[in-house]
Amino acid sequence: MIYFDNSATTQISPEALTTYNTVSQKIWGNPSSLHNLGETAWNLLQQSRKQIADLFSVQPGEIVFTSGGSEGDNWVIKGTALAKRQFGKHIITSSVEHAAVRNSLHQLEELGFDVTYLPVDGEGRVDPAAVQKAIRPDTIMVSIMAVNNEIGTVQPIKEIGEILKNYPRIHFMVDAVQAIGKGLDDVVFSDRVDFATFSGHKFHAPRGTGFVYKKNGRQLMPLVNGGGQEQGLRGGTENTPGDAAMAKAIRLMKEKETVTVQREREVKQRIMDHIKGFPHVKIFSKNDAGFAPHILCFAIVGVRGETVVHAFEDRGIYLSTTSACSSKKDTEPSTLSAMKVPQNVAECAVRVSLGDQNTLTEAEQFNQTFDELYAGFKKILD
Amino acid sequence: MQYDEIMVRYGELSTKGRNKRHFIDRLGTNVRDALHKFSKVKVHPNPDRLHVILNGENSTEVMSHLKKVFGIQTFSPVLKVAKDYQAVCDAAKEMLADQITEPTTFKVETKRSDHHFEMDTFQMNRELGGFILDHFGDQLTVDVHHPDITVWVDIRLDGIYLSSEVIKGAGGLPVGTAGKGMMMLSGGIDSPVAAYLALKRGVSLEMVHFYSPPYTSEQALAKAKELTGKLAHYCGSINFIEVPFTEIQETVKEKVPEGYLMTIQRRFMLRLAVEIANRRKGLAVFNGESLGQVASQTMESMRTIEEVTNLPVLRPVLSYDKTEIIKIAEEIGTYDLSILPYEDCCTVFTPPSPKTKPRIDRAQKYEQVLDIDGLMQRSLDGIKITKIHAGDEFLNQNEDVFAELL
Repeated sequence: MIYFDNSATTQISPEALTTYNTVSQKIWGNPSSLHNLGETAWNLLQQSRKQIADLFSVQPGEIVFTSGGSEGDNWVIKGTALAKRQFGKHIITSSVEHAAVRNSLHQLEELGFDVTYLPVDGEGRVDPAAVQKAIRPDTIMVSIMAVNNEIGTVQPIKEIGEILKNYPRIHFMVDAVQAIGKGLDDVVFSDRVDFATFSGHKFHAPRGTGFVYKKNGRQLMPLVNGGGQEQGLRGGTENTPGDAAMAKAIRLMKEKETVTVQREREVKQRIMDHIKGFPHVKIFSKNDAGFAPHILCFAIVGVRGETVVHAFEDRGIYLSTTSACSSKKDTEPSTLSAMKVPQNVAECAVRVSLGDQNTLTEAEQFNQTFDELYAGFKKILD
Repeated sequence: MQYDEIMVRYGELSTKGRNKRHFIDRLGTNVRDALHKFSKVKVHPNPDRLHVILNGENSTEVMSHLKKVFGIQTFSPVLKVAKDYQAVCDAAKEMLADQITEPTTFKVETKRSDHHFEMDTFQMNRELGGFILDHFGDQLTVDVHHPDITVWVDIRLDGIYLSSEVIKGAGGLPVGTAGKGMMMLSGGIDSPVAAYLALKRGVSLEMVHFYSPPYTSEQALAKAKELTGKLAHYCGSINFIEVPFTEIQETVKEKVPEGYLMTIQRRFMLRLAVEIANRRKGLAVFNGESLGQVASQTMESMRTIEEVTNLPVLRPVLSYDKTEIIKIAEEIGTYDLSILPYEDCCTVFTPPSPKTKPRIDRAQKYEQVLDIDGLMQRSLDGIKITKIHAGDEFLNQNEDVFAELL
């Protein structure tokens, strides 16, 4: 089996699973309990938090545990809307955000908020100047993803941050779910970013884990009220086993990040070099600094993405039509349509998304399989 | 960027007359202590300036440690370049590129002790100023009277020294120059801040902590120790003296009328702190009292408690508002620890309505039924002293177990 769908999810690592099991069985106290069992669980939770904070050079108090990327996106957006509604009701975002961001904003629109969706260029990238133009006196938030989950575009977060330095009261949120472990920390944690959201299962941590980076001093209303956990920002008994396992997964990921990024670039390049020669192939991603190393989106124009995914699957290679979250619905991929790719081309798009376990050998096997499949599709292509 | 030397300016020290040498030597020792993990660093405490020669150690890290050393007014990272005008220009360019973030004003100021150097001070000022303007003209303008940035050029025999950034130090006086004091450290928000302020004025401190098992937990003790570890960043290490207090608290609770519980307990604490000070050559007792915060902190209360000694009881946060104290606590990193919800010796056995104006004669009368000397002696016999170093941690004893999990 070759698993090329790492942006959808990853397999939990044996190390993270061991931590999860050990903590579940041995350190199962409620971190809020006063007694020793609670104390130990609390300490473990705080040490997990500190480890994560240290690995990203931020303060432990700036890491808030969540259940994953969607919760983080929902929270930062709605929590900002609630906390800052008296200052204005205008929010700026891009037209290529993940559904968790997009639909949170749609919900706010129903409640009377005003959202500007910025267009993107042919590479799926937002123009910082457009952000500048869209800012109004009542703008309370700018939400732009770090790495697009469908084609891998790295957004100009630093440049947008530079612009927002002149507007210190606007919350700047970055959906960083696809950016973690991809050599992009200097983008995600650049100094004007106020919030960044992360999801554990994208880097071999258990499902149902995640965290939000929340810059000290920035205000958010909680969405889940409860017993004052996570500094009162997110109620509910903490997921100690999950959070510890995630801290471990992040450490392991950071230790090999440089190697991973380099190999992903090589694997991606190997595949791109191979398929670009085929007349019906259209490649949407690039392999330069403007794109994340692990995402490659392409289409065999004339063969629907779904068909391609299943054809590869029959040969033990797992890809995805663009975003896994929308890939079961019959809607056209939003990033490609925002890039003004015609619908008949966009519906053919598939995504190869790499992880730290993928190898050049796998790229070769993919290429070989691609040749066979392409030969088969030839009948319907010409 | 990487610098070659940090030049440290003394603050108040330069006004200390005949004691100046003593102060400067002490500061030199403290700086060496603070930088001991940087083995290649050399520290030269000269009468006018203290020089930290980096010998390749990371200047950013060294400076972050220097920021916590009391007795330093400001310091500047310095680049050493060859005695060549072009080298001066290159270095100045690199140095300023790091420093300029918005339009500002500057001037060049040159000192030349090597008079054989080809350019004199006026030439250097003019030429280098012109060069800088050529490069940063859109950001910088010259202001020779009140510049925001002064580029210092010091032409010496062994090279040319350049600096432009002036970083604020911790101020205060070198720890140890004001003698030794006993700090009554509870674990709340105020006493660590009081300790910090005492250290800042040059006092070397030992922590006196009262603990009352089983009424106070191991965690409360660990918390006080961890706070001490935080404060030790400002002075290297601090002795932590834990004083058993259970028997005294139980006896007082049993025999003293409720309104005077707190007053008599405090009188015992102070007696013990004074006795420890006498044994360990302390000159004063410090505490975290702030006027009017709670019943024990009215002037009447202070008078009645302090009656048990003639050693000075010094209260660095006496006139601070709570919000001001919290602000300092956050800056020095003790706030998050202080608010951990563990019972300490001040919160157990708190009567519902303590007297806010306790009288000395009453306190003395109630104490007559107590065996003061015996209680004191047994408490002093149980004292335990631990040396705590900067950053030592006590709250999380499972760290090693956790390290494997994480």
